[in-house]
Amino acid sequence: MATETRPAAKESEAIAGLDRLELGPDPRRRDPGRMARSAWSAAWPKLLAVALILVAWQVVHLTGWKSYVLKGPGTVLPDLWGQLHHALLWQAIGITLRRAVLGYGLALVIGSVIGILVARIPLLRAAVGSIITGLQTMPSIVWFPIGIVLFGLSTLTILFVMVLGAAPSIANGLITGVDYTPPLLLRAGQTMGLRGVTLYRYLILPASLPAYVAGMKQGWAFAWRSLMAGELLVLILGQPSLGVLLNNDQNLQDFAGLGSIVIVILVIGILVDTLFTKADLAIRRRRGLLVPGTMP
Amino acid sequence: MSVTQRRRTSPEPAPAASAGEPAAESPGTPASPGPGPAAVRLSEVSKVYGRGPSALLALDRVSLTVAPGEFVCLIGASGCGKSTLLSLVAGLDQPTAGSISTEGGPVTLMFQEPALFPWLTAARNVELALRARGVPKAQRRRRCAELLDLVDLGGFGGKRPHELSGGMRQRVALARALAQDADVLLMDEPFGALDAMTRDLLHEELERIWAQQALTILFVTHNVREAVRLGDRVVVLSSRPGRVIEEYPVPRQGPRRIDSPEVARLAATITDRLREEMSRHGH
Repeated sequence: MATETRPAAKESEAIAGLDRLELGPDPRRRDPGRMARSAWSAAWPKLLAVALILVAWQVVHLTGWKSYVLKGPGTVLPDLWGQLHHALLWQAIGITLRRAVLGYGLALVIGSVIGILVARIPLLRAAVGSIITGLQTMPSIVWFPIGIVLFGLSTLTILFVMVLGAAPSIANGLITGVDYTPPLLLRAGQTMGLRGVTLYRYLILPASLPAYVAGMKQGWAFAWRSLMAGELLVLILGQPSLGVLLNNDQNLQDFAGLGSIVIVILVIGILVDTLFTKADLAIRRRRGLLVPGTMP
Repeated sequence: MSVTQRRRTSPEPAPAASAGEPAAESPGTPASPGPGPAAVRLSEVSKVYGRGPSALLALDRVSLTVAPGEFVCLIGASGCGKSTLLSLVAGLDQPTAGSISTEGGPVTLMFQEPALFPWLTAARNVELALRARGVPKAQRRRRCAELLDLVDLGGFGGKRPHELSGGMRQRVALARALAQDADVLLMDEPFGALDAMTRDLLHEELERIWAQQALTILFVTHNVREAVRLGDRVVVLSSRPGRVIEEYPVPRQGPRRIDSPEVARLAATITDRLREEMSRHGH
């Protein structure tokens, strides 16, 4: 009886209370100690891996296998340290990175334009959709003879091969993203009145972003490989790129020099890959696609 | 079969439910698309999917009139074409035969899933609907805040959909639907995925907003009690093909609750009618 006469809680108050209960405490609290610990827990496996590789390398060196050329980390690492104090290595890194930015930038523009056109126009997709996938499987080295015939021994040839290597991946990533836009979101967009360009600008492109970034990441790997192959094949006078330095060290049978340059190339590759991984994680975190605690 | 067809072809005006009398005992006949004001009017609407022998008749000559400001619940077993019907009214799809008019103004549709854009915050989701309508930027901010307040989410505009609970997401979706400034709100089982406690609260919230905003609502559900709890009228559809087989006016006398005896009594009558319809497909 008493419950009958007591006025019921207002609906909005009950809802507000329920909302608080369902959300729980705000997890976005910064704790410097925890951040340092998580940075360390992310770093130590990588440091351990590097240490293991150095140990294995040293062991091979100690066995005396091909000891007339193969040098241990004790020789190569000081050589690298020395090269880092010379302008030549930095000049080479500069030339190579400039090509990387130029070639990858071109591939990004061309791949994106092709991707969006193929995704939008069914006829185009029927015509070239499978060709794009086929191009992805082509070893980039195959394109060099054609590039050299077309553009000679020039930077243009290297860029040509980089674009052919990277653009298909980027286009494919974008096409996949457009295709996998959830139909429910498309219906929601339609009911909202999003049409044509606005539909792409506000719904389809943002929805495709994760697959697009995955395509860009794969495209970068292809571009970087094509660039290294190109710099070894297409030697351009007066442009001491990383490839040229590798080639010189090969001719001089300078193992320490070779090792140093390979390490530089590896580090650049890892750094750029880290950027893509960070972008990917940021996107997934924003969209709630990351289970907390499972990823760095 | 013959019963439903006889009912369909005898268009007499639905008797107005007299207050106090349980409407359950006097089911109304299907409304004919007659004259008078209508927010949504379907006349002999049919929808066929596919062609030839594999063609599927989803809706069969459905006629339904929803008055301005009315809250109509559509109920039926699986395969009754409820969602198809809403898609047709929303203009996402075209009927094979018959005509649909939405004189009650612009129409918007809400789904069982909130269908929020996961890359936008709650507020940005609502603002995008305003932007799609061409609302200037300065007004968008203000209107969005009003709408979030209306659904009791004033402090949550900065949250992303995945940070909200299911009920909260569905309320953001409601705010987004209202941002489209539609007079007619079509709802496709909007609370079907929510727990009972949240759903009860959202029933009250929807009822309040419906009255405040003078909306016309066409609400599809599987839940008979929900239909009776919310609707001015409950329309029962048959399955495969979907036809209107029965209509039940629900007398509105003060606040209603999903567990009140009047709701339970009418719901039982409607459930019996639905079972009778389902058993038709059992043999």
